Amino acid sequence: MSVLGKIIRTGRVAEPALPVPPVAGAAGAAGVRPAAPGPLAGSVQLRHIDAGSCNGCELEIGSAFGPVYDAERYGLRLVASPRHADALLVTGPVTRNMADPLRAVFDATPNPKRVVAVGDCAMNCGVFAGGHGVEGAVGDIVPVDVEIPGCPPTPEALIAALRGLTGR
Amino acid sequence: MTAAGVVGVLVQLAVVVGGAPLLVGLMRQVRAVLEGRAGAGIGQPWRDLRKLLKKEAIRPEGTSWVFTSGPLVLFASTLVIAAVAPFVSTASPLDGVADLFAMVSLLLLGTVALTLAGLDTGTAFGGMGSSREVTIAALAEPTILLAGFALSARVGSSNLADIVAGTLAAPAQVLSPATLLAAVAFAVVVIAEAGRLPVDNPATHLELTMIHEAMILEYAGRDLAVVELASAMRLTVLLGLSVNLFVPWGVATSSAPLALLGATAVFALKVGLLGAVLATFEVFIAKWRLFRVPELLAGSFLFGLLAVSASFFLA
Repeated sequence: MSVLGKIIRTGRVAEPALPVPPVAGAAGAAGVRPAAPGPLAGSVQLRHIDAGSCNGCELEIGSAFGPVYDAERYGLRLVASPRHADALLVTGPVTRNMADPLRAVFDATPNPKRVVAVGDCAMNCGVFAGGHGVEGAVGDIVPVDVEIPGCPPTPEALIAALRGLTGR
Repeated sequence: MTAAGVVGVLVQLAVVVGGAPLLVGLMRQVRAVLEGRAGAGIGQPWRDLRKLLKKEAIRPEGTSWVFTSGPLVLFASTLVIAAVAPFVSTASPLDGVADLFAMVSLLLLGTVALTLAGLDTGTAFGGMGSSREVTIAALAEPTILLAGFALSARVGSSNLADIVAGTLAAPAQVLSPATLLAAVAFAVVVIAEAGRLPVDNPATHLELTMIHEAMILEYAGRDLAVVELASAMRLTVLLGLSVNLFVPWGVATSSAPLALLGATAVFALKVGLLGAVLATFEVFIAKWRLFRVPELLAGSFLFGLLAVSASFFLA
């Protein structure tokens, strides 16, 4: 029963919840639609798409959904199928091989849906800009609603932006 | 059919339909607390359902009415069990229908509808999930019947309300070898049928390890909401059957309003407690390799067989 001992000794590791962040659409870039909670209030299922990322953003996403930051308490959840998703979490510059799959995933997601561009690469191709295998930023392929800057963005930044979607 | 009896059936339906997502939320919350997380709260499954109902239901190209009707058949068959089974009262006007064979067939009907829907999508994971689900159902359903036989032998009826009433009348029977063996067999089958660890991981994101989730990967919006609600109701119904067959105290034997109210509270408490125990148990184990699951189910079938033998030879 070493697991039981571990549970009792460790206790709660989740950090205290932060106050609800101000209304979303915080990225504020030109042409970005504001992502008010609306029909997605209280519950947002996310489908993560790696469009060519270096996996730095993936580590931070993994950390945001780990026990310490515990993004699930704000009504966020990662799901296995774009059909189940309300928002797409796209990381990395979109490579040529991933441009069509990304469009297909966008079409497979039921309305109303949001697209979240995670990290500098997803916003403007970052250090990969102009690379021969890069098709463009996420915004060049599918309409982006929320942008989260950072290389990689911290779990706090990720959670603050995603809480704008759930409004919790 | 008296007015009080109809009220009893409606109360039971409301408790199962309204409480099923809360049970799922409670089990996730128990797991979150044991993992050191804060958890989304027990109301989260209801928030998910409310949102899914507002979303567009995409149906993949090339799917037929089999795909469209899958969630409805699953929901309807589970709803019938929820209305008919003796959860709150053994004096309900529908008790005559609450036959063991009918209940098992209804459970199987929902399973088959969803597996056919999984095949209808024509995707690799849908077919794989369906094939696994049928393998497990084929091994688990006979055990439910056997465990039920062991319990029905002593009351001489396969009617669930009669079995529950019989146990209430003679409480010492709960500690008889037949009942204890049947309880072990039934517990394993409930875990397998409800898709819980170690047979299936309800929280998995890995398509290769999925069973139930793999079949419903193509559902979206309203369709997905119906599947999720029906799955939660199925879990509630299976846990409800296990508590009422083996620990029936608190079930109302009349349709008096006060008796129904007390029985409803006791039922919610018992199912909630069993759900919390199951969620705690799941923290300590990992999902088993798929090829070990038939061994587990064969073991539970053996317990069921021993229970039936014991109910005839030791009673």
